[in-house]
Amino acid sequence: MGLTGIQIFQMLPKTNCKECGVPTCLAFAMNLAAGKVELSACPYVSDEAKQKLAAESAPPIRTVEIGTGAGAFKVGGETVLFRHEKTFFNPTGLAVLTSDDEPEDSVAGKLKRFNEFAWDRVGLTLQADAVAVRSKSGDAAKFKALAEKVKAETNRGIILMTEDAQMMAEGVAACHDRKPLLYAATPDNAEEMVKLAKEHKLPLCAKAGDLEALAALVEKLTGAGVQDLVIDPGSRQIGRVLHDQIHIREAAVQKKFKPFGFPTIVLPFEMTDSFQMETVYASMALCKYAGVVVLSDFQGHNLFNLLLQRLNIYTDPQRPMKTEQKIYEINNPGPESPILCTTNFSLTYFIVSGEIENSRVPSYLAVMDTEGLSVLTAWSAGKFVGDLLGEFINKTGIKDKLKKRNVIVPGYAAVIMGDLEEELGSDWEVRVGPREASNIPSYLKENYS
Amino acid sequence: MAVDLPKRAYSGAIREIVVGKGDKSFCVGGETAYPFYTFEGKIPNPPKFGLDILDIEPEGWAGALLEVYGDSVKNPVTWAKKCVELGADMVQLTLQGTDPNDKNLGADHAVLVAKQVSEAIDVPLAIWGTANAEKDVEVLRPIAEELSDRRLLIGPVIEENHKQLGAACLAYKHVAIASSPIDINLAKQLNVLLSNLGVTDENILIDPTVGGLGYGLEYTYSVMERARMAALTQQDDKLQFPIYCNLGIEVWKTKEAKLPDSEMNLGEHKQRGVLMEAITTSSLLASGADILIVRHPDTMKLGKQLVAEMLAG
Repeated sequence: MGLTGIQIFQMLPKTNCKECGVPTCLAFAMNLAAGKVELSACPYVSDEAKQKLAAESAPPIRTVEIGTGAGAFKVGGETVLFRHEKTFFNPTGLAVLTSDDEPEDSVAGKLKRFNEFAWDRVGLTLQADAVAVRSKSGDAAKFKALAEKVKAETNRGIILMTEDAQMMAEGVAACHDRKPLLYAATPDNAEEMVKLAKEHKLPLCAKAGDLEALAALVEKLTGAGVQDLVIDPGSRQIGRVLHDQIHIREAAVQKKFKPFGFPTIVLPFEMTDSFQMETVYASMALCKYAGVVVLSDFQGHNLFNLLLQRLNIYTDPQRPMKTEQKIYEINNPGPESPILCTTNFSLTYFIVSGEIENSRVPSYLAVMDTEGLSVLTAWSAGKFVGDLLGEFINKTGIKDKLKKRNVIVPGYAAVIMGDLEEELGSDWEVRVGPREASNIPSYLKENYS
Repeated sequence: MAVDLPKRAYSGAIREIVVGKGDKSFCVGGETAYPFYTFEGKIPNPPKFGLDILDIEPEGWAGALLEVYGDSVKNPVTWAKKCVELGADMVQLTLQGTDPNDKNLGADHAVLVAKQVSEAIDVPLAIWGTANAEKDVEVLRPIAEELSDRRLLIGPVIEENHKQLGAACLAYKHVAIASSPIDINLAKQLNVLLSNLGVTDENILIDPTVGGLGYGLEYTYSVMERARMAALTQQDDKLQFPIYCNLGIEVWKTKEAKLPDSEMNLGEHKQRGVLMEAITTSSLLASGADILIVRHPDTMKLGKQLVAEMLAG
């Protein structure tokens, strides 16, 4: 991180053995400094150098894991303030709140939705990460029972919420083997909470009334031996929350201020009674640095949208999102339906398929693998050209399903028409479609309905 | 424990642009810090919200939108008045009916509707074409001339027609919404071209082109963040303009906004569309939007509350 290629080079064996895949140790050091390779690619690096480099390259914000096995999720590990500077790494964990004084059917509904809600998008599954279990009744048995229920009925993360250490011990007893996040240690209960966290190696939240008190509390907790922390500066007014989140991230990344080198937690459910406003607060927290966000409820209409936003904000800006190469069926196409062609840049796919759906005209959409490049870029890179596209369409065997065999190329790639005709053969008709996706509905309606 | 917070050194400011004329006109821009970073600089003018209306009765709109506007959508004048009643800071009239790939209505129609709407409301008015370079010149130029006393916002002014539309804005004293396809260099270049043409700095807004939630929002988000960075910390004076985000149209045309209740587990359609638009709004506010054009009045309410609270923080 902080080291230059030359500084790293000094610590390498300097044997130019090439086993890491590049010709010289200097080249490897340069790649390492640029974050392009892992140190583990060098088989001969000394342990001393390893430790030194690991310490230097540790992200300024600690990565904290909550949960176990396939249901675990990571937060923190961030290195930049703005996504375009590199990327954001570990998506904000989204959690739903349950309380031990809540009617049973309400809790049951929340757990059911938590388990059921999962959406596929660009080959990824979008789903929430955790259930928060809050002590509100003051009855330890009820708190424990709810923690047990959540543990039994879900398999992702758990957040136990109480500032009463004795109460927390009950929750920990119920589900410590699931590695729950404990919310929260405060200046008043720090010793007892540390004990619980250390005993079972659990991640712990530090909550204080403002940034200075938070820094002091974090020092105390790390001093007592707890390293897996999530931090909460206690602000509950959205403007204040935003400022605190920014201050924490900037102090950690720019000043390497250790007490703030942890992921944060934001609680929109404590900030408003309005379901919609709560979602809006959550979305702002998602943009600006929250590690975990806890909401009062998940419905399809808030969770799906927040997951989409999270996908957008946390997508690596340097790596285009790709869609699977295949022929998609839209609006129940039949033998007379046309095939529209495009590339597998996911944004292109979403927009084109959305416009075809809007047209209500039954169609096929042939999405060709162009390594995530858009139509014009892929064409100029020689990846979206007539013979390759024709080969792809031929291989799918779609021909046998069709009587009409019309294939439509994007207006911007009209020049590939000739080669495509040649590749597909004379029993196909190749046409040039509109340049902009927004004109697809009128084009399809005019020609195919 | 003392916390030593980093403080950013800003070297530039966003220009203040006056929108509209008369009592209901307002200023946007003027920021000397990143969006809502009030601890580092000034955000003198809160971002403003406009509602989007069409020149023709909408087709294929989501039920959630049609329900809230009722019969008013049959007449742009009634519709525009309704938007003002609902608390819109401004209205955007989208000339959907002039789309050459659709109804292809002519300049006479566009001028008449724009004039009627303009006379019916006192809040600022934006006229938005169909992003067809030639057709937009054909309909927007006569509107600029007819409503020369109104200080309209006119867009999208794109590279292909910036000479004609820029000249129209210049001649009739309107604000040009300079629209470029999600690219900071193209945004800058278009502003340079407009300047060369004689369009002065107080008459330009940037439209970075909006990708809605799930449909390219991240690209717009990062282009806006980079534009603000260049404007405020790298003295890039050709990016020191307020940002205009026409997002309603992008959100409400998506499949997800239109699906009926419970389809694909996506919950209630009414709330889903509003929240899609509201999350797009909050993301664009976080990345630097100064004017946001939305379609659902509930989005506008949520957005206005968010802005007020963020500035009170």
